[in-house]
Amino acid sequence: MADALIAVALLLVAVSATVAVVTRDPVRQALVLAVLGIVLAVLFTVLQAPDVGLSQLAVGSALTPLLLLLTVRKVRRRAQDRDGGR
Amino acid sequence: MSPRLRLWLVCAAGSGLAALLVAACLDLPGFGGDRHPYGDRAVDASLARRTANTVASVNFDQRAFDTLGEMSILFAAVLGCVVLLRQTRDEHRARPEPAHVDRPVRRYTLLVLPVALLTGLYVIAHGQLSPGGGFQGGVVAATSLHLLYVGADYRALERVRPIGVYEVGDALSASAYVVTGCAGVLAGTAFLANTLLPYGTFNTLSSGGTVPLLNAAIGMEVACAVVVLLARFLDQAVEIEEVRSL
Repeated sequence: MADALIAVALLLVAVSATVAVVTRDPVRQALVLAVLGIVLAVLFTVLQAPDVGLSQLAVGSALTPLLLLLTVRKVRRRAQDRDGGR
Repeated sequence: MSPRLRLWLVCAAGSGLAALLVAACLDLPGFGGDRHPYGDRAVDASLARRTANTVASVNFDQRAFDTLGEMSILFAAVLGCVVLLRQTRDEHRARPEPAHVDRPVRRYTLLVLPVALLTGLYVIAHGQLSPGGGFQGGVVAATSLHLLYVGADYRALERVRPIGVYEVGDALSASAYVVTGCAGVLAGTAFLANTLLPYGTFNTLSSGGTVPLLNAAIGMEVACAVVVLLARFLDQAVEIEEVRSL
């Protein structure tokens, strides 16, 4: 039972990590990274490392995507400003 | 260095690393076993100091010096962000317009915000007893404040988040960790040695000697650091604009 859970979690991690690499649009990539964070947290919890799982949940699925999205917003706004100013 | 030589260097270093990793993996204990030489010793040491969460005992007692290093890395990284993302001479601040927020979103965030904040504080406070601790709880508490940006707007967030206070809090809690460590030296043992305070009763909030203190210091440091970090990113994304050259 536990082995099956671990296998499913590993599979989910592999799938979502691959999707994160294949996705080219940074906004979508941030969302996929959030999903990857959650799946990794599940994997760590299944492997009896809830401390690491909690860190992964907080950083990987909330903080990193948020920083990415804010960066994308800044870069796009700057590009818009440039185009509008000309 | 020619590209060819560089390629050789990468291949040599990569295969060396791979060989070492494989050799290390072959010596690992079997997957999923219930005995582990390091794990058993860590659990013994943490029980001797009446810390219920062995991970907290490793982080803030047995390997407290490593945690000092990690805290310094976070501190330095946030400091670097603050310097890099400051407002430069050719930029100005534009007050962001109040944003329109749909009512369900607003209601949901205002409902979730206190719950998330309380969860973060709970995870910090119970770091020495249950999974979690200063780092995890600090990130949760800090990000929960930013639900206000989602549910209301940037000005509402700025009102509950005087950035100077958090910068001071970051520095204070980082030094609190070092001061607690130095207290060990003054008491006659060693830097960050957990011999200063009584170990208390097992599985209560005050058990574990200096573990709850160091855990609280890390919680405050991480929460303040994340708030400052996100504030710099938000400033750049929302407020700071380049002055258009004419």
